[in-house]
Amino acid sequence: MNPRGIWSLYRFEMARALRTVWQSLAGPVITTSLYFVVFGGAIGSRMQAVDGVEYGAFIVPGLLMLSLLTLSISNASIGIYFPRFTGTIYEILSAPMSYAELVVAYVGAAATKSMVVGLIILGTSALFVPLRIEHPFWMAGFLVLTSVSFSLFGFILGIWAKGFEQLSFVPMLVITPLTFLGGAFYSIDMLPPFWRQVSLFNPVVYLISGFRWSFYGQGDVSVGQSLGFTLLFFALCLGVVAWIFKTGYRLKE
Amino acid sequence: MRFDACTGPSWASKSPVDPIISITGLGKTYASGQVALRDVDLQIRKGEILALLGPNGAGKTTLISVVCGIVQASAGRVLVDGHDIRSGYRAARKQIGLVPQELSTDLFETPWATVNFSRGLFGHPPNDAYLEQLLRDLSLWEKRKNKIMTLSGGMKRRVLIAKALAHEPQILFLDEPTAGVDVKLRREMWKLVRGLRDRGVTIILTTHYLEEAEEMADRIGVINKGQLILVEEKRELMKKLGRRKLTLLLREPMAALPPSLADWELTLGAEGRELEYRFEAHQEGTRIPDLLQRLTEQGIGFTDLHTQKSSLEEIFVRLVEGDGP
Repeated sequence: MNPRGIWSLYRFEMARALRTVWQSLAGPVITTSLYFVVFGGAIGSRMQAVDGVEYGAFIVPGLLMLSLLTLSISNASIGIYFPRFTGTIYEILSAPMSYAELVVAYVGAAATKSMVVGLIILGTSALFVPLRIEHPFWMAGFLVLTSVSFSLFGFILGIWAKGFEQLSFVPMLVITPLTFLGGAFYSIDMLPPFWRQVSLFNPVVYLISGFRWSFYGQGDVSVGQSLGFTLLFFALCLGVVAWIFKTGYRLKE
Repeated sequence: MRFDACTGPSWASKSPVDPIISITGLGKTYASGQVALRDVDLQIRKGEILALLGPNGAGKTTLISVVCGIVQASAGRVLVDGHDIRSGYRAARKQIGLVPQELSTDLFETPWATVNFSRGLFGHPPNDAYLEQLLRDLSLWEKRKNKIMTLSGGMKRRVLIAKALAHEPQILFLDEPTAGVDVKLRREMWKLVRGLRDRGVTIILTTHYLEEAEEMADRIGVINKGQLILVEEKRELMKKLGRRKLTLLLREPMAALPPSLADWELTLGAEGRELEYRFEAHQEGTRIPDLLQRLTEQGIGFTDLHTQKSSLEEIFVRLVEGDGP
């Protein structure tokens, strides 16, 4: 074990975010505040409550999930892609670090950053809408599990990507639509039966549903399904990362 | 061809030195099918400066990258101070510092932050005194709080050296340390490398300049097309590689060499219009004045003359063909 190595790499990654702290924090906070101003204040007051939850409060878990997914992916993918791009990866690869240690450091830092921003967004939302968290333990669990899983996914993306456009391609063209259509702004029960069935193939539905359940005690699917799906995704990403390191894919020739 | 300089004849009289790096049967074929290394055997002795000399694309960087863990070998074995670079990679890599050829650094970091990072990455506890001395030795102390992007190219290279030395390695790899570096900085680099050697650090550097290998190294390994053609003591090698050729453009073409010049090793070239004399540059007294005098005595006139060093390419061709340098 090289705990000092993990710590150095983790701190290095965190320092990278602190250098651009305003960019890292202000962006997500302002964007989310705008959502609350528009959907919570302006439109939300004219919307019906969803399953007894005021609309502005209803969208909080979905918005948080949207930020968590996007941030985890971009943090982790840039974290590993950038050294590949600049060539500084030589030092990481020549260090006495196991692959598992590298993943812990990179993914740990990326997940930490998105969780911090997630909590700040949560705090911001409390200023706009009446918030309640019925299952705080589960909420924290989903927060951690989602951040870690999608940071792993971002890590894979950062290793796979051959250019910056590929890095932004996946979050923009895959994650954002899946989240918007995954019930961030509505309950999929509001959809016609056919589209409700289609939505069940959208993995993000399970993430948002489980997260919303931890807030308001109700979701589109059962919390067991949500947890099961999140764990499955986590295991899948872990498997791919293990394969990457076993073969040296795009890292070692 | 295999050369084991540790047991070779030139070392038979000296006490054997334990190799700090032992490379056996190393091969690397890239996914593209390009063979970068072919059956390389090399023993690197503790405390020496070994120069790997070869043209671009010879396999120097691949060889270094395999030992440092950046490239996976296709065949063979590498031991670093007795530790296999695969099964004992932690122990092996802790001993090694690598200065890459490209100036790849974290541009937004400061030298101080980056050397601390490198030291931690290799598992060492912080040591401000050591790192301060390191940056002072490399004339970087004044710039320790500046962003690396604001430093000159020469300073960036020194930052890379500082990073490589931050974890107090026993072995330092320098990949083309003086490529694109001006003369003054090159001298400083050489001085620095010697200073490290005096402290007991084993140094392996790659270069495609014969002069650099000559200036720096204790031993020189010649590598070409993925093969280690030979490894020899610098003095021995320079004797062989230092061969030169004097070409005289004759006023009158000659059909054959006159018997009066039979005791000189001369050849005729360019259909009798040129007279060529090959000699060792490191030999004492090249006898060129004697030759010119003899030619004048014989009434053989010439319009021009020039001397030529053996180019690396010529040397490689001869080495590969087994013709002897």
